[in-house]
Amino acid sequence: MIRFVLLQNRQGKTRLAKYYVPLEDSEKHKVEYEVHRLVVNRDPKFTNFVEFRTHKVIYRRYAGLFFSLCVDITDNELAYLECIHLFVEILDHFFSNVCELDLVFNFHKVYLILDEFILAGELQETSKKAIIERMGELEKLE
Amino acid sequence: MDFISYGLKAFFSTRPYGWDMIRAIRSCKTAAEERAVVRKECAAIRAAISENDQDYRHRNLAKLMFIHMLGYPTHFGQMECLKLIASSGFPEKRIGYLGLMLLLDERQEVLMLVTNSLKQDLNHSNQYIIGLALCALGNICSAEMARDLAPEVERLLQFRDPNIRKKAALCSIRIIKKVPDLAENFINPAASLLREKHHGVLITGVQLCTDLCKVSSEALEYFREKCTEGLVKTLKDMANSPYAPEYDIAGITDPFLHIRLLKILRILGQGDADASDCMNDILAQVATKIESNKNAGNAILYECVGTIMSIEDNGGLRVLAINILGRFLSNRDNNIRYVALNMLMKAIMVDAQAVQRHRATILECVKDSDASIRKKALDLVYVLVNESNVKPLTKELIEYLEASDQEFKGVLTAKICSLVEKFSPEKIWYIDQMLKVLSEAGNFVKDEVWHALIVVISNASDLHGYSVRALYRAFQTSTEQETLVRVAVWCIGEYGDMLVNNVGMLDIEEPITVTESDAVDALEVSIKRHNSDLTTKAMALIALLKLSSRFPSCSERIKDIILQNKRSFVLELQQRSIEFNCILQKHQNIRSALVERMPVLDEATFSGRRAGSLPTSVSTSTGTARNLPNGIAKPAAAPVADLLDLSSDDAPAPSSSGGDFLQDLLGVDLSSASAPPGTSQPPKAGTDVLLDLLSIGTSPPAQSSSSASNILSSIQDDKASLANLNGLASLTSLSPNATSASPAPMMDLLDGFGPSPQKKEENGPAYPSLVAYESSTLRMTFNISKQPGNPQTTLIQAIFTNLSPNVYNDFLFQAAVPKFLQLHLDPASSNTLPASGNGSITQSMKVTNSQHGKKSLVMRIRIAYKINNKDVLEEGQVSNFPRDL
Repeated sequence: MIRFVLLQNRQGKTRLAKYYVPLEDSEKHKVEYEVHRLVVNRDPKFTNFVEFRTHKVIYRRYAGLFFSLCVDITDNELAYLECIHLFVEILDHFFSNVCELDLVFNFHKVYLILDEFILAGELQETSKKAIIERMGELEKLE
Repeated sequence: MDFISYGLKAFFSTRPYGWDMIRAIRSCKTAAEERAVVRKECAAIRAAISENDQDYRHRNLAKLMFIHMLGYPTHFGQMECLKLIASSGFPEKRIGYLGLMLLLDERQEVLMLVTNSLKQDLNHSNQYIIGLALCALGNICSAEMARDLAPEVERLLQFRDPNIRKKAALCSIRIIKKVPDLAENFINPAASLLREKHHGVLITGVQLCTDLCKVSSEALEYFREKCTEGLVKTLKDMANSPYAPEYDIAGITDPFLHIRLLKILRILGQGDADASDCMNDILAQVATKIESNKNAGNAILYECVGTIMSIEDNGGLRVLAINILGRFLSNRDNNIRYVALNMLMKAIMVDAQAVQRHRATILECVKDSDASIRKKALDLVYVLVNESNVKPLTKELIEYLEASDQEFKGVLTAKICSLVEKFSPEKIWYIDQMLKVLSEAGNFVKDEVWHALIVVISNASDLHGYSVRALYRAFQTSTEQETLVRVAVWCIGEYGDMLVNNVGMLDIEEPITVTESDAVDALEVSIKRHNSDLTTKAMALIALLKLSSRFPSCSERIKDIILQNKRSFVLELQQRSIEFNCILQKHQNIRSALVERMPVLDEATFSGRRAGSLPTSVSTSTGTARNLPNGIAKPAAAPVADLLDLSSDDAPAPSSSGGDFLQDLLGVDLSSASAPPGTSQPPKAGTDVLLDLLSIGTSPPAQSSSSASNILSSIQDDKASLANLNGLASLTSLSPNATSASPAPMMDLLDGFGPSPQKKEENGPAYPSLVAYESSTLRMTFNISKQPGNPQTTLIQAIFTNLSPNVYNDFLFQAAVPKFLQLHLDPASSNTLPASGNGSITQSMKVTNSQHGKKSLVMRIRIAYKINNKDVLEEGQVSNFPRDL
């Protein structure tokens, strides 16, 4: 199960933080700080997995942005790595050539996309096309 | 993409919510500016909230979410979320639910208010609004909400639109995790989801079934029986499906679904041969057919290997799986190697031999530059070690210790120490390896580890000389490692004479010449070393005191060094220095006895205590009894008892009173208040062990610690232990009265700041100790005492001394008495009796004489023990008890 999804830039600014387990606000800030510290200085050749407390963080870097998923210790690391990539592809498709600023100014859209992709800490849809279409339908209702 | 071109992008679309605010925040140069902007925005939003502004409510909430993400408090917006959710329009509801998920979580009570809105929205006619409600419920539902809304969610599992079905499936997972009792309601609808064609519904349905299996065995049985074949067929169809662009990743159709299916098959197959059989073919197909050149393919293979390892045994498949892992292990991609190590950890339970084949590669991974890989590999090596390969593997690990970086040294050291301890084939090897670790990474070695090393060294009497010389050599080359210095200091203190005289030289050793003054030099260095901590310095002072009697030629110099600490700012050292100086100057007569070599601490006792599994009878300490605030205080006796530290299990209560003074003399009790602030205090357990090392190690099993009889029995204990110290034994025999077991010369040690003068207490009659039994190989001495006011009962402490050069194992003392007597025997302090009077066993017993005054005590005894595994039995009768018992 995914415990939280974090999207941070190299400076550690949180661009998206979604928690599927209840945490205090102060605890969330601590987690975000710690995860950033863990991933930011790792060599690109290193594994994309780091142990974090009793769980593990699967992260992947795209330009200056770190996408991190905190998952159970028994979960399939490679699958979640693929999952991050799929999410990035969806964002890229939705914002047509996504950049950090898209995520800043349209942060609530990013959350809405994530809600179509992951729910209750589990993968909800594996088709990029289905999610983009669904987002289109929802946009029309705005 | 930069800011300007982003502006162009935004120009063509509508500007998102909060555009101006985000731009203002982004243009802030300092944190203070940012705070000011946020403050202003928050004020505006609050004003809008209090005016109950309808039109901009959702825009304001969007802004608030951004502010929340920056880490500012936004609790005042929580009610706005509820209002938006309760409004009728989709855009408002959408932002409302988003805000709800971000700003609130399941623990806030406000959430209770939303249950009703959620219920309405779950029954809404607009399926998009149902979708919003399901999403919110899935992400933040509490147990109460789960109970209230489960029927709605259950119904939605059969909704016509697949988007709702898949959301409802994931929602159900959250519900059954919160309230496992609800699981049975979901079993049937979940099973029907497994027949879906829609990937989204299928993957969520499979996930729901997986989680149902985890919370309910009933569900597991149901799915195992009804769905295994269907799931196998689904996986088969997937694996053989033609190219599907919508789900294709790296040439594989929906790897995520593959993985989910493999995962549920693992659960269904585990522990069930039929289900396992059913999936063998498809697992073999997946394992052989999936391409392993891309991450997606490897993810599936990895999952497949996991499933093969978990389901019931099928030799052929396991070979296939191990081969895949072998391939993974030699992959250049670190991620793949990582998961291989991870899976090998599980494979070792199944087929340790196959994993051993990859030992060399795994060992290489311990040296990888990536900490994640190193840690996994080290964990794996740790479980790979056995008696046959411990030597080469430890050698490799210790060699690597030198090269590893600081962060990793701690973990690595702990693992090596634990391996060496667990598998060491012989003591000398253990000592050698520990020495290497101490010299290389002594600062990372935990207290209990070097304590254990000292216990082992002290138990290996043939290696004392070897150890002290090796430690001395190591100390000469490296004084940077704190724990190395400590162990070296302790050994030099104890076995300094062996160092100087090259006693017990082994063939493998190169002879060294160490003069007495060299040995003292080493101790002086460790006291003066600026980075020595308090424990080390204190240990060095004790070692010096010990050497003072072993090296008469250096005693003046030792006195000087000890005196130098008289003005130490550290109270502990100052106190020690003054005390030791007193001993050196005024108490020549008892000094040599006082600084005798430490009695050997039984290894089994020590390790048992480390594990905290000592039987209570042994760990009941006389210390408790002594500290009882009962009227019969014995200020004189207590210090002596402390000196010998009978309370080897309890760390004595820290106290600066004269009562514990003598205990401090020999103990290294740094937990007392005298340690200056900022000094790192060793953990209490560590201190405890040290105290044990310095103690007599005979904790007499005084069980009825609260009864009045203990006062006397603890005096007895003191006396008994005194007798153990050969030198002091005479003192005991000189004192005809139990209460004077604290002889006057000892009191002088206190030298002014000792406790008030000894008070004689009426403790009932006392008796001289008697030799109850003596053969050529064994002596048994009885210390006899009476409880005041209870003339019928006699307390006897038996002390056994070995007169032969052999160690006695499995020592067992039995006694029988005639009918008019009642005998109660407490457990013995140990079952091993060291050779040549080098320690003793004590055992207490209580005899009640029902014909007190008419008949006197008599007892038959039988003592059984083993010498080199040969049984020996000694029997005898004790009839020389004093008459009036």
